[in-house]
Amino acid sequence: MLGKLNWSAIPFGEPIPLVTGIVLVFGISAVLALITLKGWWPYLWREWITSVDHKRIGVMYCMLALVMLLRGFTDAIMMRSHLAIAAGSSQGYLPPEHYNQIFSAHGTIMIFFTAMPFVVGLMNFVVPLQLGVRDVAFPTLNSVSFWLTASGVLLINLSLVIGEFARTGWLAYPPLSELQFSPGVGVDYYLWSIQIAGVGTLLSGINLVTTILKMRAPGMTYTRMPMFCWTALASNLLIVAAFPILTATLAMLTLDRYLGFHFFTNDGGGNAMMYINLIWAWGHPEVYILILPAFGVFSEVISTFSSKALFGYRSMVLATMCICVLSFLVWLHHFFTMGAGADVNGFFGVMTMIIAVPTGVKIFNWLFTMYGGRVRFEVPMLWSIGFMVTFVIGGMTGVLLAVPPADFVLHNSLFLVAHFHNVIIGGVLFGAFAGYTYWFPKAFGFKLHDGLGRAAFWCWLTGFYIAFMPLYALGLMGATRRMQHYDDTGWQPLMITAFVGAVIILTGIGCQVLQLIVSIRQRDRNRDLSGDPWDGRSLEWSTASPPPAFNFAVLPDVQGEEAYWGVKQSAIEDKRLADEPEYEPIEMPRNTPTGFITAFFATITGFALIWHIWWLVILGLVGAYAVFVIFAWRQDEEYTIPVEEVAAIDRKRRHYREQRLVADRKPA
Amino acid sequence: MTATTEQRDARPPNDDPHQIGRSNGEGADRVSGHGDGGPADKRTVVGFGFWIFLLSDIIMFSAIFAAYAVLEGATDGGPTSRQLFDIDNAWVETLCLLFSSFTCGLATIAAERRNVLWTQAFLLATGILGAVFLALELREFVDLIDRGAGPQRSAFLSSFFTLVGCHGLHVTAGLLWLGTMMAQVWTRGFQPNIARRLMCFSLFWHALDIIWVALFTIVYLFGVR
Repeated sequence: MLGKLNWSAIPFGEPIPLVTGIVLVFGISAVLALITLKGWWPYLWREWITSVDHKRIGVMYCMLALVMLLRGFTDAIMMRSHLAIAAGSSQGYLPPEHYNQIFSAHGTIMIFFTAMPFVVGLMNFVVPLQLGVRDVAFPTLNSVSFWLTASGVLLINLSLVIGEFARTGWLAYPPLSELQFSPGVGVDYYLWSIQIAGVGTLLSGINLVTTILKMRAPGMTYTRMPMFCWTALASNLLIVAAFPILTATLAMLTLDRYLGFHFFTNDGGGNAMMYINLIWAWGHPEVYILILPAFGVFSEVISTFSSKALFGYRSMVLATMCICVLSFLVWLHHFFTMGAGADVNGFFGVMTMIIAVPTGVKIFNWLFTMYGGRVRFEVPMLWSIGFMVTFVIGGMTGVLLAVPPADFVLHNSLFLVAHFHNVIIGGVLFGAFAGYTYWFPKAFGFKLHDGLGRAAFWCWLTGFYIAFMPLYALGLMGATRRMQHYDDTGWQPLMITAFVGAVIILTGIGCQVLQLIVSIRQRDRNRDLSGDPWDGRSLEWSTASPPPAFNFAVLPDVQGEEAYWGVKQSAIEDKRLADEPEYEPIEMPRNTPTGFITAFFATITGFALIWHIWWLVILGLVGAYAVFVIFAWRQDEEYTIPVEEVAAIDRKRRHYREQRLVADRKPA
Repeated sequence: MTATTEQRDARPPNDDPHQIGRSNGEGADRVSGHGDGGPADKRTVVGFGFWIFLLSDIIMFSAIFAAYAVLEGATDGGPTSRQLFDIDNAWVETLCLLFSSFTCGLATIAAERRNVLWTQAFLLATGILGAVFLALELREFVDLIDRGAGPQRSAFLSSFFTLVGCHGLHVTAGLLWLGTMMAQVWTRGFQPNIARRLMCFSLFWHALDIIWVALFTIVYLFGVR
């Protein structure tokens, strides 16, 4: 009846997962009880869960990412504290089979459920606003994408309490991940949570590519698009081109495990190296899927806070698109040690080094943007400068690893771990935090607390260096990754240093949590009525904060690069805004629970597949088809906002805008 | 999105075949979506988005094709493609699928003429041909498994069953979609959104045809050499 599921799936014998599980269950129950007692369900259902508004969906993506950051960081600090102890005769406090689950979960969660939702959320929120349109191309599909990602998150976290997680590392290499060597449900949790979330990401990529290529405000030609839109375009093109490979690869491993196929098995003619090739044909573009939007954030932030147009806009576009193409030509550098031969390794080594060139172009463009500008060291700018320093170091160690002979020595060592944390924390995460601080006032109408933001930045920056620089040294000394215990006590001081770094990062995270709470409590003090708190240059700053459901009362008519800057300058010079436009009623898509219900059935199907509960699988699939049919028969997909309401909302915006531009400002 | 969207949607689809990307001119008839005239109309957006989806689907198939190419020789001492494949059966399957694409095209033409009867008739023909294709494929699968050449036999057969089976799954999904579309045309007629879905369905069906052509060539024609 329940397949493989029985009471032994609950980890009664293991105190750490059991206690964590109990705390989690109580925490979630408490939150749900609070929502029920306060009667917030109707509001949540109406305004958030069923929302098809790209802004709401973007915010939910980012919230999901922040929560998962906490989960992933908990794994991280457990590993660091364990390794600070587990030297010589001490075995540490995490048994090997548990430690293996922790590093697998850490990698999987941080990439798929922290970094991905964060950048997808920022793109979702910002891109339509910057393009000057009212929503993404397919609003309902957008909601489906988000909820499928949430479904993956739910499944991967269920593995903490019911059953186990994979012990195979974040990419589940076969033959270890095959049934023969991983008979438990861990790898199945991995496969289905990633598969479901991956479909969500793919749909989101299709949606944003269509939005950027087909839905732009009048006059918003390609070379007038803000840099963030360009990087979002490149990133989403990569999603469309790379995620199907992931889907296919995971499906093959699934067939091996469930139906006894022989794609990657040791017997039957299977070829495990094919999995590694396929997964990195997705995996390397994935790196750029994450970093390119971060580059976009830095471009926006550095230009805004240097009070200057972005230096070398066209070279930046070119560099972005070069990276987009080149990212598909370097995957083999993840396994030079496969033994493909000198020619193949040489080709991929050279390609890897070439990709550093457009990245270097970007770094110089940002530096030249700052040069001669009036730089304001607000929190987003701090993250950007911290990024530039840190990312260059990470990039250089990357070029080092791109040299095949050096890679043979450093492969699978802590040097590699230090390298990719250097670029992912210093690049993607700093970018996400910069974007979060930068666009927070746009989303909610008030700024985040400044002092705590600065404290968080400095903690993260110093914590990062103290945590990861020792790992470079340890890697050169021969310490391997995924190592649960080491004999050489000479490594211990560096391991303890790294742990101290992790604690400093923890302090930074604490500051960020506190910052959010304090900012919400003191929101009246940091309120921004103008909608343009940073003196921005692109269209998202031309509308109110938070923007109305329709974003723009009248679609902006874009006249040049930096769509909003010119309009703002002429308003300041004329001491008045442009004439009030002729308002029209606006049609907007209606909210729908389609996304939520689809994800509900996806979760059920996924869970049933993991535990081999076949009748529930069928039930889930039938349910999904029923949702499809019901959605297909829906009528009245849109509602109309009457012209009076549009005019009233926009007049209010114009009032505050005029106040700010005319009373407070001199021409730049 | 605005009132003009519906008007644009309502106009016959072959209204502006040669003006794509045109950037001169003023007013509502400007070709949109390229940054001049604002967001494109819904039909363009839906068609474009669906094309992107199809491309991603083709990439998924290309990964499986690559796996098949790698594993084709990995028979583990078991039967090879030359011993197993029945080119005649595959040829009949090909004919069924190509003809179903033809009838699907006819259904599109009938739908553009807003003729419910012919649209339904051609959609039904498409569905029947698709079902015959699926039945032939299933028969081949059952036959292979009976001869001890199931997907568990060797890596070659694993990849064969996955590649052909994945296409078959797509056809199955297409048939479910087709049935839903016929019911929608029956109850709703040719509303703009139904017309857009019909367009997407025909794109999907033709894409399956393209994949099958590659599949027939690489798997069956090369396989029986």
